[in-house]
Amino acid sequence: MTGRAGATVEIQHLRKNFGAELAVRDLSLSVGQGEFVTLLGPSGCGKTTTLRCVAGLERPDGGEIRIGDSVVAWAERGICLNPEDRNIGMVFQSYAIWPHMTVFNNVAYGLRVRHAPASVIRERTMRALELVGLADLAERYATRLSGGQRQRVALARAMVYEPRVLLFDEPLSNLDAKLREQMHVELVRLQQEVGITSIYVTHDQAEALVMSDRVVVMNHGTIQQIGDPQTIYARPANSFVASFIGAASLLDTTLLGRNGAICELVVGPRDGSPPLRLRAEGGEGAVTGQHVVLSLRPEDVTLHLSQPQGLSHDNVLRGEVIDTVYLGSFLDCCVNVGGFEIGVQLDHYEQLAPGQKVFLSFEPDHALCLAE
Amino acid sequence: MTTNPSNIAMQNTSGAYLQVSGLIKHFGRDRAVDNVSFAIPRGHFLTLLGPSGCGKTTTLMSIAGLHRIDAGAISLGGMVYTAPAQGVFMPPEKRDIGMVFQSYAIWPHMTVAQNVAYPLEIRKIPRSEIDDRVAGVLRLVGLADMAGKLATNLSGGQQQRAALARAIVSHPRLLLFDEPLSNLDLKLREQMRVELKRIQHEVGITSVYVTHDQSEALVMSDDIVVMSKGRIEQKGGPREIYTQPANSYVSNFIGVVNLLKGRVVEANGAGSGRIEISQDGMCVQLPCQVSRGIAAGAEAMLSVRPENVQATRENGGAGCLEGEVMQSIFLGNCIDCRVRWGSFEWKILAHPRTRLRKGERVFLRLDPAHTLAVVP
Repeated sequence: MTGRAGATVEIQHLRKNFGAELAVRDLSLSVGQGEFVTLLGPSGCGKTTTLRCVAGLERPDGGEIRIGDSVVAWAERGICLNPEDRNIGMVFQSYAIWPHMTVFNNVAYGLRVRHAPASVIRERTMRALELVGLADLAERYATRLSGGQRQRVALARAMVYEPRVLLFDEPLSNLDAKLREQMHVELVRLQQEVGITSIYVTHDQAEALVMSDRVVVMNHGTIQQIGDPQTIYARPANSFVASFIGAASLLDTTLLGRNGAICELVVGPRDGSPPLRLRAEGGEGAVTGQHVVLSLRPEDVTLHLSQPQGLSHDNVLRGEVIDTVYLGSFLDCCVNVGGFEIGVQLDHYEQLAPGQKVFLSFEPDHALCLAE
Repeated sequence: MTTNPSNIAMQNTSGAYLQVSGLIKHFGRDRAVDNVSFAIPRGHFLTLLGPSGCGKTTTLMSIAGLHRIDAGAISLGGMVYTAPAQGVFMPPEKRDIGMVFQSYAIWPHMTVAQNVAYPLEIRKIPRSEIDDRVAGVLRLVGLADMAGKLATNLSGGQQQRAALARAIVSHPRLLLFDEPLSNLDLKLREQMRVELKRIQHEVGITSVYVTHDQSEALVMSDDIVVMSKGRIEQKGGPREIYTQPANSYVSNFIGVVNLLKGRVVEANGAGSGRIEISQDGMCVQLPCQVSRGIAAGAEAMLSVRPENVQATRENGGAGCLEGEVMQSIFLGNCIDCRVRWGSFEWKILAHPRTRLRKGERVFLRLDPAHTLAVVP
């Protein structure tokens, strides 16, 4: 859109209270020009409040927000611009599409309300519709659109002001699974084409992994980790991130020592069986004797029906199948190892029965030791 | 669960408990359900799966007695619910059915315990027994701590648990579910699936579940009936439906699939053979499993799941398709990869540690055991 790659967003020491409750505590974040950043976390983590502060729908109690060169909010100086003065576009969960209007009129509405000249309205509306691939449906009534098309109308309506930043508040959570996956891919393609700075709020970790340049994982009003999807998934900063992003089995262990990058760990089984020695990566900052958590991804654990040969004795665990969940493309299997539950992702054609005796193994560099 | 012994005696020998046969239901001139038959053993969990308008909800409502059917018969444990040809129609309240709907239908002015106790109170069961049963069922659904709360103070997921507790507290002979999880958000929905299945298994009540969500059906069901336009496309267990879809409609509706038009060039009768596919001048023959009823020479659809296609950098020789990686999306536990072969885009699910990059040339190998030739 006429070379607008969007603006940077700088958030410094943002704080927002609701009564006695601290919704956002001292949050700082820089979003680069054209970057797609997702705020991810469970409900109540402060992600939506942060987005609404950027949008101007909430007034911060502390801190500063800049969009490009302009300060849009600075609590300590009493500055807080209205949403319409911030040059942002917003896409919400409820599409808020008017059913009695055509696609064109839905998108043009905001410009009309602002008394833009007819030629400008036409040009900008059609440009936004072309961008989202709906130019051919401009005269169609909104009621005759599919869920995905309505979503694109909502996006066109946000784009029509040629904003410098797009803000998304869980826009896909009302769609069914198949459509949602399709929209992930489409939204990413669109955002890359337009190259506009985007901040996206979701509680859906798969959505965050698929769409983002960087993911900001939040809990209790604070940032837990910032990183690209691969880093967040492969090197979670703590056990909250490990279990919130994807599935992870977490085992309480004690650090015995270190051998290069590999930590030597010991697990005291909960069922009284002898302690298990395990090896894993990570454990930065932990000292010998310290309590640490071992995080294991289900896809990194190999299941064997008999004692595996040719593997070192470490990192082979004896267990019993608790149950399996058939997911079509995978079989999720839950195995009891000394009172701990370990999840294993198996090929869909595997068959296992509850109570079956199995062995699990994993590579030390596919397991992560987390010091908390 | 108390069942009249005379009903057990009337049960047929095949072990079917709920039996729906030749069900037909019109709305005006529209045939919403068109000759649907299925049967399930006692204690089983059956899912009616299909897109909106496929007749799944009409079938469920007919079992409940909320619709009068035009033809066919429905019976439970030998007791006939409805059979228009014999003039039999048992009113809904006599059918001893528990129902859970999408809207929770919880009374807002009552506590959780009062809501759950209601079906027992109208049956004039003694107070002490009511209290015991309500406490037991609230424990089962994980709401023991919420008994005294007003229903309006519950979250969506908790209200649905309360609705389930109310449906099972009187030990009905049959449980019917109409898309009960579709108002919940994704994470909660995934959690509730597994839990609902566990609870159903524990109480052992025969259940019929209606949904349009295929992953829900796969996770929860003993048996699945896939419907489209009022008819049954396929009946079977989750694995059977997923790995041996009867036709391309089923393979496309359940899960993600690569579908390509082709022709069966060899069918050896034992189920295996070869299919030929061509795309933009390229032509390959691939070993595959041939569905019943497809003869050599017949048109068929090649159907392969993304997890059964392997992308490698080495050329595996004959039967390998060479293509270019168009997209490689990291999903955490797997990589969703798109590979262009001519004008066709293959969907591939790869292990997260295979680092395929956009623009790379790769060779695709299809696992013959999971490469299917199905009815178009």
